[in-house]
This record gives sequence, C-alpha cells and structure tokens, in this order.
Amino acid sequence: MDNRTLIAKRVAQEFKDGDVVNLGIGIPTLVADYIPADIDVTLHSENGFTGLGPADGATDPDLTNAGASLVTCKRGSAMFDSALSFAIVRGRHLDATVLGALEVDEAGNLANWMVPGKMVPGMGGAMDLVVGAKRVIVAMEHAGKDGSAKIVKKCSLPLTARGEVDMIVTNLAVFHVRPEGLVLTELAPGAELDTVRALTAADYKVAANLTTMRV
Amino acid sequence: MNKIITMQAALERISDNATIMFGGFLGVGTPEAFVDALVEKKVNNLTVIANDTAFPDKGIGRLIVNKQVKKVIASHIGTNPETGRQMHSGEVEVELVPQGTLAERIRAGGAGLGGVLTPTGLGTVVAEGKQTVVVDGREYLLEKPLLAEFALLKAQTADEKGNLIFRRSARNFNPLIATAANTVMVEAQEIVPAGSIDPDDVMVPGIFVDYIVQG
Repeated sequence: MDNRTLIAKRVAQEFKDGDVVNLGIGIPTLVADYIPADIDVTLHSENGFTGLGPADGATDPDLTNAGASLVTCKRGSAMFDSALSFAIVRGRHLDATVLGALEVDEAGNLANWMVPGKMVPGMGGAMDLVVGAKRVIVAMEHAGKDGSAKIVKKCSLPLTARGEVDMIVTNLAVFHVRPEGLVLTELAPGAELDTVRALTAADYKVAANLTTMRV
Repeated sequence: MNKIITMQAALERISDNATIMFGGFLGVGTPEAFVDALVEKKVNNLTVIANDTAFPDKGIGRLIVNKQVKKVIASHIGTNPETGRQMHSGEVEVELVPQGTLAERIRAGGAGLGGVLTPTGLGTVVAEGKQTVVVDGREYLLEKPLLAEFALLKAQTADEKGNLIFRRSARNFNPLIATAANTVMVEAQEIVPAGSIDPDDVMVPGIFVDYIVQG
C-alpha cells in the first residue's frame, strides 16, 4: 500500500455515523474513498455546500470542490453562500477537518499556508477550518522529501492557527496532541520506533498501550 | 424602473481606480462577460475584492495578467502564479484575508455593522496590528467591514426586478457582495419577467440590484 493510501485509510477510521467533515486538498481528499460504507458522513465543501460527492461522472461546470475540480453532489445535498459556509466552519458545526501540513509542533500549532519569500498562496479557508472544527486531524507524509522533519518542537513557518491540532496521521505513525504534549499512539505496519524517532524533531511520549495501525 | 441595460452601458459607469467586488470561487460564479468587457475597455488601477484571483485565463485572473489591478483583497492567490509574481515585484499590493473572515467583513459592510469579532487568525500574522476584544473570557480579533463602489455578480436567473437565483456552487460570494457596494450589477444567464420566480425561491432580493446585463 502506498503512503498516501495508508494515511487516508487510517484517517477514515476516525469518523462516526452522522459526522460532518471537511477534507482539504491532497491526501485529505483521498480519505473520502475509505469512509466505511455502514456510516453516513456528510462532507462539507467550503465553496458552499454539504453533500460533496465523488469526482467520477462530474460534468456540471457550476459544481466544483474547493480546489476547482468538477465534483458531484450526493442526494440530500444543500447549497449556500460563503458566509453560511463559514458559519458552519467557525460555529462548531464541523465534527472534524482534515488538512495537510508543512509543520506541526508539540503544542499543536500548525503551519500550512506559506513559506516566506517562496510560496505565498494564501490561507484560503484553512485558518477558519482549524480554529472552528471540533477536531483537527493533520494527514501528511511523516517527513519532507529530503528527510527533513515536519513534526517539530516549535513551528518556524508562519502559523495557520495556534494550538488547534488534535491528531497527526502519517505514513509511519499516529500522534495525539494532549495537554502534556505529543503522544505516539500507533505505528504503521512495519514501521520502527527508531525510524519515527529519527524523522521527528519534536519531543513525544510513547503510549503505554502503543498499537499497530489497523489498515 | 428598468434595470436591464447593455454591457456597454454598464461599463460606462466603471472608471479607472474603481474598487470592485467580484463574485466567484476559482472562476465558478464569476461574471466572465464583465471581466471580458473590463479587459477590452482596459479599465486600470482597479482594487479588486474577491475570494481568489482564479487562474491566468479564467475568472478575474485575466485582469491581473493584463496589469489592470493595483490592489487585491482575497483569501487565495496560489492558482494564479501571475498574482504572486506581481506581488513580489511590487506591481500589485495583496491583502490576504482568511476566507471566512472575508465573507464576514463583506457581510458586515453590507449589514451596517462596525465589524466582526472572530477567533480566526489569532496568534498568526493575520492578527498583526489588529485590535483584540475579550468577550466572556474568550479572545477575538476585530475585523473591519468591507465596502466597494461596485459589485459584479453572476446569477443563473434574474427577474426584471433584480431578484436572483444562483446555481450550485456558483453562489459563493455573490449574495454577500450584492449588499456591500454602491452600484450592484448582475450578469444573468437568463432574464425572466417579474413574477416568474416564486418569492420563496429568491436568493438575493431585487432591492439590492441596480442593473442587469444579459450574460
């Protein structure tokens, strides 16, 4: 199983029947493919609707996801304007949001919207999503392509939000952000504690009941 | 009052240095015929307020590519590399605003409010230079209202009174900007007689709309 699929499958286990969830662009988008069929999860799209469906068979130019890709909407979908869309986001009506990250740190700080002097795409809806969702799940490759750590002691890049991340799911491990700091709770199948240690620049505790991801 | 005018008559009202709000999300729900006309007439030194600067060949991105814009207020510019290039070279000033905050600032402008209090952006560069307010022990950023001289909307259906209906995710910022500009002009896919739209189905009441152009 490739890293992206592994991460998406693990994140998809976090939802329960009736949840309203926003999935970011990239790996988070893949999560939709692995939501268990026996639960009803409503996907929110920040450009203004609930009931986001798959891209397969999409032909309507007036219906895209927040990344401008044509999508479908499910039966029971609802359309609304951007103010209502972000009332849903900020007003504690989203059970979870899943986003990628450039850096996450021990305090649950997240940086995922700009690299000064290099890449300034803008925050889009990310700052609102991270502040407003009941649970913030970061889904990302554990380290950068050059092996640099993305889970760090303290974010050096401009923050998206302060202390809002609850959970980090990578191709190697699952961490929870708790008041006492980061806790490693799961290892990916075949991943070693030493590998995680080498590719993580943050301090963390290893949970007493450390388990293997079931994916 | 006859609100239906030609594109030429509409454009006569917009001059260099105008501040314009545009509907649309990455080009979906953008009044493309208005953009075409602004490009053709080469109206310059514009300040544009919109969710994003779309793509170089779509949405309001073309106004950027043609160097008709001096300032952009938006949540995302990453899909139009030309906006970033002109920002770094100093040709365009860019104010990045979180998407939900942008929606609420426009709503506040149109609703006669002195601003909005939002937790979004606390602890980030967005908070720099802004007043914070504590309400019941929770901290918020004061974000000020936005208003413009013109709002240019795209609607699926307008009746002669200016009552509007939008389609799918093409709604986005369109209803909000209708409330927040001195002159509101709509590019409608279809124009129908007054009474053709059931009052319960109206998404923007016609009182907000000054002029309608056939899209």
